[in-house]
Amino acid sequence: MAKSDFEVPELTKSIELPSLKPGAMAHLKSFVAQPAHQEPLGFPGELVDNWEQKAVDKLRELLGKFRSLQVYLDACVRCGACTDKCHYFLGTGDPMNMPVARQDLLRSVYRKYFTPAGKIAPTLVGAKPMNKQMLDDWYTYFHQCSQCRRCSVFCPYGIDTAEISMAAREIMDHIGHGQKYTNEIIGKVHKIGNNLGLPGPALASTLEGLEEDVLEETGADVKFPIDVEGADILLVTPSADFFAEPHTQSLIGYAKVFHQAGMSWTLSTHATEAANFAMFIGSYDQMHKIANRIRKAARDLGVKRIVFGECGHAWRVAYSFLNTLAGPWDFLDPKYPVPQHICEVTYDLIKRGALTLDKSANDHMTLTYHDSCNVARGSRMGDMPGGQMMIPREVIKAVCGKYVDMDPNTIGEKTFCCGGGGGLLTDDLMELRVKGAMPRMQALNAVKESEGVTHMASICAICKAQFTKILPYYEFDMEAVVGVHQLVSNAIVLGTKE
Amino acid sequence: MSTLTVVFALLFYVATVILVGGLAFKIAQYWKTPAPLKIPTTPAPLTQGGAALRVMREVLLFESLFNSNKWIWLLGALFHASLALVVMRHLRYFQEPVWFWVHLVQPFGAYGGFAMVVGLFGLWYRRIGIERIRYISNPSDHLMLLLLVGIGFSGLMMRFVARTDIISVKAFFLGLMRFDWRPLPDDPFLIIHLTLVALLMVVFPFSKLLHAPGVFFSPTRNQADDARERRHVAPWAASKDAERPA
Repeated sequence: MAKSDFEVPELTKSIELPSLKPGAMAHLKSFVAQPAHQEPLGFPGELVDNWEQKAVDKLRELLGKFRSLQVYLDACVRCGACTDKCHYFLGTGDPMNMPVARQDLLRSVYRKYFTPAGKIAPTLVGAKPMNKQMLDDWYTYFHQCSQCRRCSVFCPYGIDTAEISMAAREIMDHIGHGQKYTNEIIGKVHKIGNNLGLPGPALASTLEGLEEDVLEETGADVKFPIDVEGADILLVTPSADFFAEPHTQSLIGYAKVFHQAGMSWTLSTHATEAANFAMFIGSYDQMHKIANRIRKAARDLGVKRIVFGECGHAWRVAYSFLNTLAGPWDFLDPKYPVPQHICEVTYDLIKRGALTLDKSANDHMTLTYHDSCNVARGSRMGDMPGGQMMIPREVIKAVCGKYVDMDPNTIGEKTFCCGGGGGLLTDDLMELRVKGAMPRMQALNAVKESEGVTHMASICAICKAQFTKILPYYEFDMEAVVGVHQLVSNAIVLGTKE
Repeated sequence: MSTLTVVFALLFYVATVILVGGLAFKIAQYWKTPAPLKIPTTPAPLTQGGAALRVMREVLLFESLFNSNKWIWLLGALFHASLALVVMRHLRYFQEPVWFWVHLVQPFGAYGGFAMVVGLFGLWYRRIGIERIRYISNPSDHLMLLLLVGIGFSGLMMRFVARTDIISVKAFFLGLMRFDWRPLPDDPFLIIHLTLVALLMVVFPFSKLLHAPGVFFSPTRNQADDARERRHVAPWAASKDAERPA
């Protein structure tokens, strides 16, 4: 077991409801952004004068811009339907990690300044002023939400904590109290082009290295093209795919699929990042700016299609928002949806019999599949509702002999987040990440024991990075998490099709 | 004309204005506030018609709540369905002649009153007895239940214990609607009942009862999943297209 200075939840037979431990996670705060992280994004470097009033003013602005926020702040009846749905609550027992309690941090301020009841009888309705204590609680608990939206599935009004935590984070950014991890990364995208800050030459040499590796291993001359004008497909994938394990294995998988199908594709040095971290801070402006890098890259290279690699939040922003933020896509080939997910591309090829696949290459594994939260609850693949659940599974089943699903209450739209999404994949929040992963680990452990599952496939860079780090805390092998296209890569038979 | 009649006549005019005006204001606010991004919780219907159906399933069947917690669903559904029945039954005090279907629900209305109070006590028990729900409850949540239980209880008392002169009550309300005031009987349970109802009407647009109009405006439920097919640009965001690189 990995070493830790906190208690790692024990895996029992099923996920149990914890008793309330008020304040259990109050100590855990991610690093606050410094001026160097704030200012390149146009946010104040540090907490501004009169920030209490400015926070209220910003909230007023957001209430006028986002119907979700206005309706969700009014509509909650505190019925309790969401109280046992958050993986962070289940893993920590801190009642402030119940979605309704987390939301009420913002709602109490809304009541105080924007509702007659809150002005007349604050105690009665739980209205509270914006003050230092409140800001501290916001910073703590809105950075203990991975914006996975599981609560929104179960709420009778569809109240989505992600919308509330995005608003709170946007307000905090605008008064100079941002989070280092996310804002530093957004700065890197603006400055260098991707979240990891990999410069163009480093990327080119990485891709050359991959070409050599694949050639050596398979004898096939699979290309990893970058900045090729006139290619048909622009592939946009998380920058983790260029250098981290197991992410790189999936990148190799995409390349093999394109190679084998004879598709012309390219990466772009100007769009070497699929993930749009601006969503985590609720910033439409930042999201717009980052999304339009992809538009520009597609235009400059003259591609016909845009395909996204394995990345969860990236796919949500791509599927749900890219058309709005960076469309219209009238300069692309209208035969294909924009954008497409790599799983959709591969699934189509498999259905048409265009790929030769040897399942036995994955015989050493018994697979299960982790639905990434933002894919499952915030996006789609294919042409029917739920395609985002079906298509990756069909791809896995086409390349693996042994596949088992986890408990139905923990997959599909009810999936448990990996525990590291929404801007929380930072070492300063390790305790939260480990505890928040408990429900997923519980379900994984159950199929490990009952069905002999050895590996869990995922299509999200954050899930992969999070699991490689936290699996050892639960006595799993860190390599038990694999990419879906890693499996495809293993099984695909390169060369002329017979 | 007794003071009581005058006070209640004015009370109901004021309460009606607040209820209707307040709700109209909130609905207009929800309507006018843009939803700048497509955020349906998936799997979501692909068409607007499908999304409308989804909202209706939430309104009529409490679908998401059913998937969440069977006890809250059962008690919540019991309360809301009974309340609907009771409200339909009460329509007869505002009509002459009475619609035929209001006659039809008449015999069930009384059971509705009991079921409503049972549902409310169940919900209240959860709010007190279940640690999580106790933690998230504000005083106003308890007061709201008290208000509704008070309305139900006083109504049942009038129906089964101290019967009030409903002919006069009806004449009073028809009179109010026609601006031709008629005397209100001074039965204690009727006074309590009507006072609490007026109070409920007044707090409605200022309280969590806004979940009633709110559920229709929830983007996670009422949006179709068609983001790749259709651009969805809010008026305040449209100007950003001009700012982007060529």
